[in-house]
Amino acid sequence: MINVFTQHWQELLLGFGNTLLCSVIALFFSLIIGSTFAIFEVLPYKILHIVGRVYIEVFRNIPLLVIGMFFYVVVPQFFVTLDGFTAGTIGLTLYTSSFIAETVRAGIQAVDDGQMEGARANGMSFMQAMWHIILPQAFRYVIPPLGNQFINLVKNSSVLAFVAGFDLMYQGDAIASTTFDTFNTYIVVGILYLIITLPLSYYMRYLEKKLA
Amino acid sequence: MIALKEEKEMAMIEFKNVEKYYDKFHALKNINLKVDKGEVVVVIGPSGSGKSTLIRTINGLEDFTEGQLIVNGYDLADSKTDLNQIRKDVGMVFQHFNLYDNKTVLENIMLAPKLVLKRDPKENKEHAMRLLKSVGVADKAESYPRQLSGGQKQRVAIARSLAMKPKALLFDEPTSALDPEMIDDVLNVMKKIATEGMTMVVVTHEMGFAREVADRVIFIDDGEILEDERADVFFKAPKEKRAQQFLSKIIKH
Repeated sequence: MINVFTQHWQELLLGFGNTLLCSVIALFFSLIIGSTFAIFEVLPYKILHIVGRVYIEVFRNIPLLVIGMFFYVVVPQFFVTLDGFTAGTIGLTLYTSSFIAETVRAGIQAVDDGQMEGARANGMSFMQAMWHIILPQAFRYVIPPLGNQFINLVKNSSVLAFVAGFDLMYQGDAIASTTFDTFNTYIVVGILYLIITLPLSYYMRYLEKKLA
Repeated sequence: MIALKEEKEMAMIEFKNVEKYYDKFHALKNINLKVDKGEVVVVIGPSGSGKSTLIRTINGLEDFTEGQLIVNGYDLADSKTDLNQIRKDVGMVFQHFNLYDNKTVLENIMLAPKLVLKRDPKENKEHAMRLLKSVGVADKAESYPRQLSGGQKQRVAIARSLAMKPKALLFDEPTSALDPEMIDDVLNVMKKIATEGMTMVVVTHEMGFAREVADRVIFIDDGEILEDERADVFFKAPKEKRAQQFLSKIIKH
């Protein structure tokens, strides 16, 4: 195990960095996109409901791998060239955002209607009330399921391996197929994933306690 | 946004033949009601009579189907009317307080003036503290709503609506969710506001408050205004049979 790391630490570290970078980018954008579609679903405009619904149902019901491959293979053929990392990260962002949208929508709907009513009667616009009153409370409710989404996101970033995204999984595969030391390689890769996901998991639990 | 400027002594709130349906249910029937500036009007009636619906149409929390409603010079039937303009000047106090659970008491009061009126932060805070003092909860400024009693919450909610320096205040059963010993604190704050000349529409079951503070009493049942009378006259001898029955029921205990 130590051997794998000492001999291949450069590739592994590069893969670790790419996995971390992809996760951070995808987390950031899927949170923004997901929250936006969640708000679409609670707005009193039918057309936005439909847009939100279609988006969510499409991206959460297609395998992540298919979405990733679409951006890696199809999009470059017809639109713009994307490298594996970009294609995979876009796919991961869209896929995760659909789950986050569902989660955040549930959180928004769990906030008592009186909160919005109080804010509107107080003179605030819908978006002001959403931003200052509803969303902070909604996020507090959904920290546990959001934590799950974030951890899934990090693990799902391994889809980059299939689209030459040079992530941790990709490097692990490469090392395993040249050294044939599959056992030790995948254990090292697993440990490196844990180094990202465990602190994340504990941080979410800490947030949950702090904000509850 | 159309401001209908007529003569100076324009009514603060005026319903003209307002009708409201929820699907087939006729919730408000031909409502005609005028509330002048500085007037305190108490709305009473059995539960389900449409009191809440009536008061909630005034700041556009409920819409209506037909008729005209002018509030502070704005026409609510006009789809171009910006409801936020009305709500800036017409505050509301709710039965269940609706304080912002994620904000401290002080933040609750300062938020709308900051966002909507862009009030200077220092002035905003001073004004908020003055209001908290006047409703008797200054020592709770840094607490969160969940740490307050019902009576304290409601007084904070009143301070919050006063912070916008409104021209009128709507109270939708402000004491109905309170323990009996908390009710007087809230009513006393409301009385003080009334004597300072605020235009008020109050839905309540507190007949003592109505008798003492109201200029007029509106009795509503089944979505219809059955009586619109000076408070002293109304309590001496309600004309409507249903009003008599309602009063005898409510005052007995």
